[in-house]
Amino acid sequence: MRQGKEGGVNKSDLITAVAGQMPNLAMKDVEIIVNTIFHSMTDALSTGDRIEIRGFGSFEVRVRQPRSGRNPKTGENVSVGLRRVPFFKVGKELRERIRDDERGA
Amino acid sequence: MTKAEIIEKIYEKVGFSKKESAEIVELVFDTMKTTLERGEKIKISGFGNFVVRQKRPRIGRNPQTGEEIEICARRVLTFRPSQVLKIALNHDGNA
Repeated sequence: MRQGKEGGVNKSDLITAVAGQMPNLAMKDVEIIVNTIFHSMTDALSTGDRIEIRGFGSFEVRVRQPRSGRNPKTGENVSVGLRRVPFFKVGKELRERIRDDERGA
Repeated sequence: MTKAEIIEKIYEKVGFSKKESAEIVELVFDTMKTTLERGEKIKISGFGNFVVRQKRPRIGRNPQTGEEIEICARRVLTFRPSQVLKIALNHDGNA
Protein backbone atom coordinates (compact mmCIF):
# COMPACT_ATOMS: atom_id res chain seq x y z
CA MET A 1 0.00 0.00 0.00
CA ARG A 2 1.14 3.52 -0.78
CA GLN A 3 2.27 5.46 2.24
CA GLY A 4 2.09 9.12 3.17
CA LYS A 5 5.18 11.25 3.71
CA GLU A 6 5.41 10.65 7.43
CA GLY A 7 4.49 6.98 7.17
CA GLY A 8 1.11 5.53 7.86
CA VAL A 9 -1.97 5.23 5.76
CA ASN A 10 -4.77 7.73 5.26
CA LYS A 11 -8.30 7.29 3.99
CA SER A 12 -7.41 7.69 0.32
CA ASP A 13 -4.59 5.12 0.66
CA LEU A 14 -7.12 2.75 2.20
CA ILE A 15 -9.56 3.38 -0.67
CA THR A 16 -6.82 2.75 -3.26
CA ALA A 17 -5.76 -0.49 -1.55
CA VAL A 18 -9.33 -1.81 -1.36
CA ALA A 19 -10.08 -0.79 -4.96
CA GLY A 20 -6.96 -2.64 -6.07
CA GLN A 21 -8.43 -5.87 -4.71
CA MET A 22 -11.86 -5.28 -6.28
CA PRO A 23 -11.04 -4.77 -9.97
CA ASN A 24 -14.71 -4.87 -10.96
CA LEU A 25 -15.52 -1.79 -8.87
CA ALA A 26 -14.80 1.82 -9.78
CA MET A 27 -12.53 3.73 -7.39
CA LYS A 28 -15.35 6.25 -6.94
CA ASP A 29 -17.68 3.50 -5.69
CA VAL A 30 -15.12 2.23 -3.19
CA GLU A 31 -14.69 5.81 -2.01
CA ILE A 32 -18.44 6.15 -1.44
CA ILE A 33 -18.52 2.87 0.48
CA VAL A 34 -15.55 3.71 2.72
CA ASN A 35 -17.09 7.10 3.47
CA THR A 36 -20.44 5.44 4.21
CA ILE A 37 -18.76 3.06 6.67
CA PHE A 38 -17.21 5.84 8.74
CA HIS A 39 -20.27 8.10 8.46
CA SER A 40 -22.58 5.37 9.71
CA MET A 41 -20.19 4.64 12.56
CA THR A 42 -20.12 8.34 13.50
CA ASP A 43 -23.94 8.45 13.34
CA ALA A 44 -24.24 5.38 15.55
CA LEU A 45 -21.90 6.83 18.18
CA SER A 46 -23.60 10.22 18.13
CA THR A 47 -26.88 8.54 19.07
CA GLY A 48 -25.07 6.75 21.89
CA ASP A 49 -25.06 3.40 20.12
CA ARG A 50 -22.21 0.96 20.66
CA ILE A 51 -20.38 -0.51 17.64
CA GLU A 52 -18.91 -3.97 17.57
CA ILE A 53 -16.76 -5.10 14.65
CA ARG A 54 -15.82 -8.67 15.41
CA GLY A 55 -12.08 -9.32 15.08
CA PHE A 56 -11.36 -5.60 14.95
CA GLY A 57 -12.74 -3.97 18.07
CA SER A 58 -15.61 -2.08 19.63
CA PHE A 59 -16.45 1.58 20.02
CA GLU A 60 -18.60 3.03 22.74
CA VAL A 61 -19.50 6.38 24.18
CA ARG A 62 -18.40 7.20 27.70
CA VAL A 63 -19.89 10.04 29.66
CA ARG A 64 -17.62 12.42 31.54
CA GLN A 65 -19.48 14.10 34.40
CA PRO A 66 -19.47 17.88 34.68
CA ARG A 67 -16.66 19.19 36.81
CA SER A 68 -15.13 22.50 37.75
CA GLY A 69 -11.73 22.98 36.24
CA ARG A 70 -9.17 25.71 36.29
CA ASN A 71 -7.50 27.62 33.52
CA PRO A 72 -3.86 26.72 34.17
CA LYS A 73 -2.65 30.03 32.73
CA THR A 74 -4.86 32.41 34.66
CA GLY A 75 -5.86 30.25 37.62
CA GLU A 76 -9.45 31.19 36.88
CA ASN A 77 -12.20 28.69 37.75
CA VAL A 78 -14.15 27.39 34.79
CA SER A 79 -16.96 24.88 34.72
CA VAL A 80 -16.64 21.98 32.32
CA GLY A 81 -20.03 20.57 31.36
CA LEU A 82 -21.02 16.96 30.79
CA ARG A 83 -19.12 15.54 27.82
CA ARG A 84 -19.42 12.38 25.78
CA VAL A 85 -16.18 10.86 24.57
CA PRO A 86 -15.64 7.98 22.14
CA PHE A 87 -13.77 4.98 23.52
CA PHE A 88 -12.21 2.19 21.44
CA LYS A 89 -11.34 -1.25 22.71
CA VAL A 90 -9.25 -3.42 20.43
CA GLY A 91 -10.66 -6.86 19.62
CA LYS A 92 -8.91 -10.06 20.66
CA GLU A 93 -7.83 -11.14 17.18
CA LEU A 94 -6.33 -7.77 16.25
CA ARG A 95 -4.69 -7.34 19.67
CA GLU A 96 -2.91 -10.68 19.23
CA ARG A 97 -1.84 -9.83 15.70
CA ILE A 98 -0.37 -6.48 16.72
CA ARG A 99 1.23 -7.58 19.99
CA ASP A 100 4.50 -8.87 18.49
CA ASP A 101 6.03 -9.69 21.87
CA GLU A 102 8.88 -11.98 22.92
CA ARG A 103 6.62 -14.98 22.80
CA GLY A 104 6.63 -14.47 19.05
CA ALA A 105 2.88 -13.88 18.82
CA MET B 1 -24.25 -1.45 15.60
CA THR B 2 -22.58 -4.47 14.08
CA LYS B 3 -20.84 -5.19 10.79
CA ALA B 4 -24.15 -6.55 9.47
CA GLU B 5 -25.81 -3.18 10.11
CA ILE B 6 -23.01 -1.30 8.35
CA ILE B 7 -23.50 -3.63 5.37
CA GLU B 8 -27.26 -2.90 5.50
CA LYS B 9 -26.54 0.87 5.41
CA ILE B 10 -24.38 0.48 2.32
CA TYR B 11 -27.02 -1.64 0.67
CA GLU B 12 -29.66 1.03 1.41
CA LYS B 13 -27.65 4.14 0.62
CA VAL B 14 -25.37 3.05 -2.18
CA GLY B 15 -27.47 0.34 -3.79
CA PHE B 16 -24.85 -2.36 -4.00
CA SER B 17 -26.05 -5.92 -3.50
CA LYS B 18 -25.75 -7.25 0.04
CA LYS B 19 -23.16 -9.74 -1.13
CA GLU B 20 -21.01 -7.04 -2.71
CA SER B 21 -21.47 -4.69 0.24
CA ALA B 22 -20.45 -7.44 2.67
CA GLU B 23 -17.40 -8.31 0.61
CA ILE B 24 -16.18 -4.71 0.53
CA VAL B 25 -16.82 -4.03 4.22
CA GLU B 26 -14.89 -7.19 5.05
CA LEU B 27 -12.06 -6.08 2.79
CA VAL B 28 -11.91 -2.61 4.34
CA PHE B 29 -11.50 -3.99 7.88
CA ASP B 30 -9.08 -6.69 6.69
CA THR B 31 -6.93 -4.05 5.00
CA MET B 32 -6.97 -1.96 8.18
CA LYS B 33 -5.94 -4.97 10.28
CA THR B 34 -3.06 -5.88 7.95
CA THR B 35 -1.84 -2.28 7.97
CA LEU B 36 -1.91 -2.06 11.77
CA GLU B 37 -0.24 -5.46 12.07
CA ARG B 38 2.70 -4.00 10.13
CA GLY B 39 2.88 -1.30 12.79
CA GLU B 40 1.62 1.47 10.52
CA LYS B 41 -0.84 4.06 11.67
CA ILE B 42 -4.15 4.74 9.95
CA LYS B 43 -5.56 8.24 9.72
CA ILE B 44 -9.22 8.57 8.84
CA SER B 45 -9.99 12.26 8.57
CA GLY B 46 -13.23 13.15 10.31
CA PHE B 47 -13.15 9.96 12.37
CA GLY B 48 -9.81 9.43 14.07
CA ASN B 49 -6.36 7.86 14.02
CA PHE B 50 -5.45 4.28 14.85
CA VAL B 51 -1.91 4.22 16.21
CA VAL B 52 0.30 1.25 17.10
CA ARG B 53 2.48 2.02 20.12
CA GLN B 54 5.46 0.15 21.44
CA LYS B 55 5.32 -0.60 25.17
CA ARG B 56 8.46 -1.39 27.13
CA PRO B 57 8.71 -4.42 29.41
CA ARG B 58 7.83 -3.68 33.02
CA ILE B 59 7.29 -5.47 36.28
CA GLY B 60 3.64 -5.90 37.07
CA ARG B 61 1.89 -7.45 39.99
CA ASN B 62 -0.95 -9.87 40.26
CA PRO B 63 -3.41 -7.74 42.23
CA GLN B 64 -4.94 -10.84 43.80
CA THR B 65 -1.79 -12.57 45.05
CA GLY B 66 0.67 -9.66 45.11
CA GLU B 67 3.04 -11.81 43.09
CA GLU B 68 5.43 -9.97 40.76
CA ILE B 69 5.44 -10.89 37.10
CA GLU B 70 7.33 -9.51 34.15
CA ILE B 71 5.14 -7.94 31.50
CA CYS B 72 6.82 -8.37 28.11
CA ALA B 73 7.59 -5.58 25.68
CA ARG B 74 4.66 -5.48 23.29
CA ARG B 75 2.78 -3.39 20.81
CA VAL B 76 -0.68 -2.03 21.53
CA LEU B 77 -3.30 -0.26 19.45
CA THR B 78 -4.75 3.06 20.50
CA PHE B 79 -7.50 5.10 18.90
CA ARG B 80 -7.34 8.88 18.95
CA PRO B 81 -10.73 10.30 17.97
CA SER B 82 -10.74 13.29 15.65
CA GLN B 83 -12.08 16.65 16.80
CA VAL B 84 -14.94 16.20 14.32
CA LEU B 85 -16.03 12.95 15.99
CA LYS B 86 -15.75 14.43 19.48
CA ILE B 87 -17.94 17.35 18.43
CA ALA B 88 -20.47 15.04 16.72
CA LEU B 89 -20.95 13.22 20.02
CA ASN B 90 -21.75 16.45 21.84
CA HIS B 91 -23.77 18.27 19.18
CA ASP B 92 -27.06 18.32 21.09
CA GLY B 93 -26.16 21.12 23.45
CA ASN B 94 -24.76 18.87 26.16
CA ALA B 95 -21.21 19.72 25.16
